Amino acid sequence: MINIVGNRLWFFIVSGLLVVVGIISLAAFGLKTGIDFSAGSLLTVKFDQPITAADVEKELPGFGFNGTVEIDAQGDIVIRTVELSTQQKSTLEQDLTAKFGNLTELEFISLDPTVARKTAQSAGIATAVASVGILLYIAFAFRKASKPFHFGVCAVAALFIDVIVVLGVFSILGKLVNWEIDLVLVTGILTVIGYAVNDTIVVFDRIRENQKKYPGIDFGQVVNNSLMEVMTRELATGVGVLFVLVALLLFVGPTIKNLVVVLMVGIYFGTFTSIFVASPLLVVWEKHDWGSLSSKKQTQGKVVQARG
Amino acid sequence: MSRNSWVFVIILVILVFSLWVLIPIDSTRLGRTGIQYGLDLKGGVRLLYKADLSSVEKGQEKSTLNDVIAIVANRVNPLGVTEPNIEIWGTDQIVVELPMPPGGISDVQMERIGRTALLEFREFVQTFDDQGNVTEEKWIPATGTYNGETKILNSSLFKNNTEVRIDSVGNIYLYFEWNEEGAVLFKEITTRLLQKPIGIFEGSGEDALPLLGDDGKPIAPIVQAILSDNGDITGLSRNEATELSKQLNAGRIPVPLELVGEQIRNPSLGSDFIELSVRAGMIGIAAVMIFLIVYYRVPGVIAAFSLAFYGTLTLAIFKLIPVTMTLAGIGGFVLSMGMAIDANVLIFERMKEELLIKTTVSSAMESGFARAWSAIWDSNVTTIIACVVLYWVGDVTPFGGAVKGFALTLGIGVIVSMFTAVLASHTMLKMVVRTDLSKQPELFKPYTGRKLA
Repeated sequence: MINIVGNRLWFFIVSGLLVVVGIISLAAFGLKTGIDFSAGSLLTVKFDQPITAADVEKELPGFGFNGTVEIDAQGDIVIRTVELSTQQKSTLEQDLTAKFGNLTELEFISLDPTVARKTAQSAGIATAVASVGILLYIAFAFRKASKPFHFGVCAVAALFIDVIVVLGVFSILGKLVNWEIDLVLVTGILTVIGYAVNDTIVVFDRIRENQKKYPGIDFGQVVNNSLMEVMTRELATGVGVLFVLVALLLFVGPTIKNLVVVLMVGIYFGTFTSIFVASPLLVVWEKHDWGSLSSKKQTQGKVVQARG
Repeated sequence: MSRNSWVFVIILVILVFSLWVLIPIDSTRLGRTGIQYGLDLKGGVRLLYKADLSSVEKGQEKSTLNDVIAIVANRVNPLGVTEPNIEIWGTDQIVVELPMPPGGISDVQMERIGRTALLEFREFVQTFDDQGNVTEEKWIPATGTYNGETKILNSSLFKNNTEVRIDSVGNIYLYFEWNEEGAVLFKEITTRLLQKPIGIFEGSGEDALPLLGDDGKPIAPIVQAILSDNGDITGLSRNEATELSKQLNAGRIPVPLELVGEQIRNPSLGSDFIELSVRAGMIGIAAVMIFLIVYYRVPGVIAAFSLAFYGTLTLAIFKLIPVTMTLAGIGGFVLSMGMAIDANVLIFERMKEELLIKTTVSSAMESGFARAWSAIWDSNVTTIIACVVLYWVGDVTPFGGAVKGFALTLGIGVIVSMFTAVLASHTMLKMVVRTDLSKQPELFKPYTGRKLA
């Protein structure tokens, strides 16, 4: 029997630190936004000859274009510039062909600032509205539990931590390996939110049930017992999802790599916050006690295995 | 037959039906062929145009945009693509989605789709110096006066019936008619320019380019008579006449269009992706099934079956709706699969607990299902709420197809998973519990490392 509730301060400190690191990283590095959220053009080409990104970047000003050039996971050349018209793109491709030999245009994306702004706005709105909707539903679903609103707020607080940490990971990866955040990754983050909510609800559901079943028992103990009871489920589901994600990573490869990494970080961190943050937070709110770092002061000796 | 058996038969029927719909993947079933893949997986073109509606009367915006759509469709059709999708987006935008045509699509063709492409009629003017030498030659827009205003004669004033005709001696000519305003302007201009050329330019202002004939020279017919509400252009080759009539008919986009977003994806990018993700999905599901069977034993076998049922039914629904599969859509499907697994796990974990206190497998199973239900229901409803919000947001976002696809696959997947995990798993478990297997409760408990009793 692990005393999760008794040691809650430790878990709060760990998640608090991660959130602080996430916020610092977001403040310092920001998020590298992909083409979806920032206007401009992105041209992905494949040359018949092996050409490096630096070769292309060096030549761009000579062609009359300003931009950055990178090599993507598949080894193709990705040129990012200000918004290009179809004609300008054709010119650029002709210049590139003249200099580096035959090329195949793999992808061209071009977005006007108004469209990019609208997309970024929508992503923000989606996250906000979905969070509020989830909060309201949880409050509704737990209306028969004592203090239903606590459940909703604690679930959303845990979500907030998940999102900050995932975004923080992104901003660090953006700094280190040029990962950009685009719409697909926003859906990845939404998946994480969905999954974390799912986890939190399973835990809260058990708390709600045990609260009803053992009205006399200390709330901290009810929560801790509930966590113990759902732990194997968390592990079993976690293993199941891991199989699918690893299969996608191993057999699909680079195209989906970023998405899978977001899902892995987010899903498992989401499970962590559901168990070690959201539920202990309920106890904090109930008892107005953040717990202590020394587990000896806790009453875990008296914890009763609740069954029946 | 008992109620259980009936339910089981229905499940089998649905399974067989789903398999029939699904296999082979590219078959045509109930009017749907193959699974639809989005631009990001199979390549294609997506263009977003913003129409400048400032000159359009209030209340006419929608019908103007519909006119634009009809014209854009006219220009897209010759590309020979199947099922182009052209629709109004928001208040003043138009989105065009095309699969990549077999022969690819050139930049010129691409540009033509959204080119405002008003054809402008121009007159040729020369300026001379004192010695009578030509100092400057240029084409300036031919204008006339209508309702007291100076107006340029352009193709927005054509009626929509420009056509190539052949006269009695076999000469090809292009016939056109003007609307009321055009007729007034045309009369004034042809009077002024009698026996002089009229140039036909594409676009307007400085960017306008003369339409070139087969010989590479500008098409500039000479005005032969004073005309008003209709006219014809002779001396064209069949090819020129056909091209011109197409452009005139297709060129009547009534408002300026600006390309504000575009995405062109080469089909070669996604070609192996689909195959790879199908294989990855299969391997992932197989691994999950093995895990479920090894860990949960008899219920695990049932869960594996209901997972297979879930996958088949969901994909069959995707095919029938049809849902367009995108990268994000696959993400949503994977997540819903996770939730389908989870629903089974929740039930079996509950059963395990109940087996400790209940005397029979049957009663443990029933209370396991009953108690797991509230968690499954609540978590799935929250997911569906999120999906509805996401679908709505994705729908109003110009390039929000990813979000929309995600919401749709996840939402459908979650609904199906409630059906398969709860109804299918439950029914099959009830049937198994009636057999002699239930005399060995150990077979219904998760693997703990201990030997079976």
